Amino acid sequence: MMKKLWPHMRPYAGWIALGVACSALEAVFELLIPLVMSDIVDIGIAGGDQGYILQKGGLMVVMAMVSLCFGIGGAVCSSVAGQGFGANLRRAEYDHIQEYAFSNIEKFSTASLVTRLTNDVNNMQMSLMMGMRLLVRSPVMLVSALVLSVRISRQLSNVFLVALPLLIVVVAVILTRVSPLFRTLQEKTDALNLVVQEDLAGIRVVKSFVREEHEEQKFAKRNRDLKGTSERAFGTVVINMPIMMLIVYGTIIAVMWFGGKMVYAGTLEAGKLITYFTYITQIMMSLMMVSMIFMMLTRSVACARRIVEVLEETPAITDGAAETDVDENGVRTPAAVKDGSIDFDHVSFKYDPASPEWILRDVDLHIRSGQTVGILGGTGSAKTTLVSLIPRLYEADEGTVSVGGRPVQAYTMEHLRDAVSVVLQKNTLFSGTIRENLLWGDPDATEEELWAACRAACADEFLERMPDGLDTDLGQGGVNVSGGQKQRLCIARAILKKPRVLILDDSTSAVDTATDAKIRSAFANELKDTTKIIIAQRVTSVCEADLILVMDGGRIAAQGTHEELMKNCDIYREVYQSQQEGVSIGG
Amino acid sequence: MAENKNARPAGPGGPGGGPKGGYRKPKNMRGTLGKLMRYLGRYRAHLAVVVVLLAISSACTVGGSYLIKPLINDYILPGDFPGLVRMLCVMAAVYVTGALCSFGYARIMVHVSQNTVARIREDLFAHMQKLPLKYFDTHTHGELMSRYTNDIETVSEALNNSFASLISCSLNFLGTIAMMIVLSPTLSLITFVMLAVMLCVVKVIGSRSRRYFAAQQRAVGEVNGYIEEMIEGQKVIKVFNHERAAKEGFYGLNEAYRQAGTRAQIYSGMMMPAMGNLSYINYAITCCVGGLLAIRSGDLGGLAAFLQYTRQVSQPITQISQQVNTILSAVAGAERVFEVMETQPETDAGKVTLTRVTESRDGRLAEASYDTGAWAWKKPDGELVPLRGDVRFDHVVFGYDDRKIILHDISLFAKPGQKIAFVGSTGAGKTTITSLINRFYEIQSGAITYDGIDVRDIEKDSLRRSLGVVLQDTHLFTGTVADNIRYGRLDATDEEVEAAAKLAGADTFIRHLPKGYQTVLSGDGGNLSQGERQLLNIARAACANPPVLILDEATSSIDTRTEKIIERGMDRLMAGRTVFVIAHRLSTVRNAKAIMVLEQGEIIERGDHDDLIEQHGRYYQLYTGQAELA
Repeated sequence: MMKKLWPHMRPYAGWIALGVACSALEAVFELLIPLVMSDIVDIGIAGGDQGYILQKGGLMVVMAMVSLCFGIGGAVCSSVAGQGFGANLRRAEYDHIQEYAFSNIEKFSTASLVTRLTNDVNNMQMSLMMGMRLLVRSPVMLVSALVLSVRISRQLSNVFLVALPLLIVVVAVILTRVSPLFRTLQEKTDALNLVVQEDLAGIRVVKSFVREEHEEQKFAKRNRDLKGTSERAFGTVVINMPIMMLIVYGTIIAVMWFGGKMVYAGTLEAGKLITYFTYITQIMMSLMMVSMIFMMLTRSVACARRIVEVLEETPAITDGAAETDVDENGVRTPAAVKDGSIDFDHVSFKYDPASPEWILRDVDLHIRSGQTVGILGGTGSAKTTLVSLIPRLYEADEGTVSVGGRPVQAYTMEHLRDAVSVVLQKNTLFSGTIRENLLWGDPDATEEELWAACRAACADEFLERMPDGLDTDLGQGGVNVSGGQKQRLCIARAILKKPRVLILDDSTSAVDTATDAKIRSAFANELKDTTKIIIAQRVTSVCEADLILVMDGGRIAAQGTHEELMKNCDIYREVYQSQQEGVSIGG
Repeated sequence: MAENKNARPAGPGGPGGGPKGGYRKPKNMRGTLGKLMRYLGRYRAHLAVVVVLLAISSACTVGGSYLIKPLINDYILPGDFPGLVRMLCVMAAVYVTGALCSFGYARIMVHVSQNTVARIREDLFAHMQKLPLKYFDTHTHGELMSRYTNDIETVSEALNNSFASLISCSLNFLGTIAMMIVLSPTLSLITFVMLAVMLCVVKVIGSRSRRYFAAQQRAVGEVNGYIEEMIEGQKVIKVFNHERAAKEGFYGLNEAYRQAGTRAQIYSGMMMPAMGNLSYINYAITCCVGGLLAIRSGDLGGLAAFLQYTRQVSQPITQISQQVNTILSAVAGAERVFEVMETQPETDAGKVTLTRVTESRDGRLAEASYDTGAWAWKKPDGELVPLRGDVRFDHVVFGYDDRKIILHDISLFAKPGQKIAFVGSTGAGKTTITSLINRFYEIQSGAITYDGIDVRDIEKDSLRRSLGVVLQDTHLFTGTVADNIRYGRLDATDEEVEAAAKLAGADTFIRHLPKGYQTVLSGDGGNLSQGERQLLNIARAACANPPVLILDEATSSIDTRTEKIIERGMDRLMAGRTVFVIAHRLSTVRNAKAIMVLEQGEIIERGDHDDLIEQHGRYYQLYTGQAELA
């Protein structure tokens, strides 16, 4: 795991080294101060030497100043390194996600990817920062204080032989008891949140059926569970502190007892005993810090693992097999999509390699450039899957998908997807103005080109009514436009790419039939050379197409023109009649 | 002093005058604290014990260090052995008492805080149930969720740790100061001067650090917002080859966050070494001066004890300054929670209730306590009016917002057993009309009557219980299939649940599920298809078996075969009831008794199918596909 994270830390290796040195030196200086103090007591006070006391006192102030400088240095270094590491890590993760294929994104789910990019990275940078300071400081404190106290009196230090193992055992026992409790706590919290979430989502159902009380009871039960668990978890945590205090105090009393006897016997000076006493507090405090850091680090390890998972995921689709074209002058250029012809040659596909069932089975399909193709079929008949293979959003498991006469793998993804434009079923507009969103299709589009695309997508009518026109701000996720308007903007954005193949995946479902028809006729007139593939629920949306595919259970059940299908295909006839029923009687 | 530091940031803000962006500071510190105190008031006795235990534990900590003086001066130096043993026993007793007390108060605090928080949560949820739909329309789910996940959590954290540590720090601080004065007034002066310096440092670094933290918080918000939006739209980015631009936008924000974060962390990181080492300087000076004094007095033990206090005295300051942020954000969180709890709930002044009745042969009604299959409205004076399902709108005017009227002067009536269909394009106000019948929203003027009674006079629960609703967007709860159907009527038997499923046409697919009716649905029934969810929705309404139905047909893409099954289920459900239906299917519209064509909040055409076709108006256009039926 460290191996994956280290490269992102390396640019700050100098800062880290410097910060660690600062923290260590700060701790050492802090420890030397009580040592000087013992000289004041034993030599200065005992000998009544005022000059000595002032001199040593001055030394102590200087040492504290130096230690302060190191402390501030440590703060600066750890902040620079921690934030820098975080920024690098976030960037690396983000860059890597940009390489992901659809299947990679789905494997993680977007919500989880967002957490891994935000919370997890923040936790890592915090850990490095805290680690550089506390993880260095506390052990240095511990070791130096131990060394110093042993130097003062080896005999007295035997006390630690009992106290330290005891402390470690106690902390370990409490930690092992607490961590499963906290896991349960998390589960109970999730269970409670689920009730709230479902209640919010279904508030109309709750109110319609007058189930407020029922919901309250559900909530109250989970709430009691959560309360009980958290009381147990936190109740266990609070034992930690008093027990540690008891051990520290026990050690102090033991030191006083044995130390007192030694002072009495004349083998130890009183000043040394006081210093010794300071060190005990120091050592015990460091140990407590170390145990706290351990708690923190166990969380960080989980975060680090989640980040590394993202970094280690291999993008499922790469440009590895891309070919190059050689023109008559011998200049090599990446293969370009010549025309909009599409060929499926015995293609089979499934999303989950482990699943025994194919989503798409043995599909054979040939579309000529410039044709309009309609696709109909029930939910789950793999319409979307079929078209996703054309811009290589997924990779066919068997058979070949070709565009412009070459297998899709022959092109770089950039060239392929520039040539094949998809309007996804679940489409997104981004925050910013409408213009900025449209420019995604073509960054260099002129004003005329933008309006032409909007006209073709029938988006001009509502754009003209908006006071700011193309410069209307959409707000996050395009909240300022209705569903139908959003769909039309997405179509305009796709047209702007001037693609060889244009795929609309149920992209006019929220648009009324009249507008739908207008968009289709605009396609026929203005995008003559573009192959158009239209997935739809309504027969009217596809019946004029050159070729209609009827999908059923991952296969093409029938293909042909409207007339042919009306003659030969039962499914098509059934769908057509059920949708046209009203019109024929009414009209 | 703790109190001063606490109150300061709230002062200039005043009510409603919080700073824009960055930290959300509490607007009304005193009011919110008062409300929190009311919750804590239940545990007055507990808290009193906590304060006592805290005081004892602080006294033990402070006193334990004081005992070092006699220990060294009176016993170790003179070599009084039995005295040393006695003294150590006293110390041990003090320490053990201290530890026990601190365990005691911490444990009680856990109990108090967890119970308080649980109660706040429960009250919040109960109040949320009573809020009008308007509130849920204007607040996102995420926003309301964060009341539970973030705000209450910070309150819990603060109660768990900060409350006790604030008191114990203050007590420790005061106790330490007192003991120092007792031990040596002269040396104490040095400490006071140093404390003043420390406070200045805290103030200077603290105010800087707060400013930079606010900047960091803004930068984090921007980076996270960008990440969220881009990852959500990652598939679109891929389709448009937009990776490079998406990266560039990110780099800028990421770098801005790095810079802001570094600055903020440096300042906050400086606090600890600054305080620690200032305390060492204090220690050094005290040691020096104390040493000089000790030459004269020979009070070595006194010096040792004093030095111990010198180390302790700055700790509470550091700790309190760390707690302030936790406490401030907890108060801000509590304030947001209380804001929800103080939002006006749905008005429900109706007195007419729904009751089960038996009907004697001469048509007289009598209240019954068992399921008779017949219902009646019971007026406050005891008069019983049979429930028939006669719904009338009389010149109803409505807008979600007073300034923007959605429905203009709507009048209509539905006789018992009739089917009324609403058609019209999106946004014409169809769903709004049906939401008014069960009083999800309050109308501006006009009246809606139900069996001759104004709906505002009917108790809300009774009104809604008499109406069955099948909503367009299906919603299922985590639980078994049977539980979800039973949501319509909680005391329905297994047989009744199955009968409802059969009526809806859902029985067949349910039996094909791995565990039939006992199959557990999770994540809003994610493992079911849209059509199957719709069928369960119908079954739920069938289980409730209400006299009046409100149906909002699904518009989402469902394949033709499933649609046929749903259609049949709906038709069976509608038989013999008064039904208001928002129609998307032509067959539903055609056999409706009355069809209302809505356009921009007005009924522009009404009549049955044949009349409307005759008129060659808007309905005719919708019907012949010249306009969208949605």
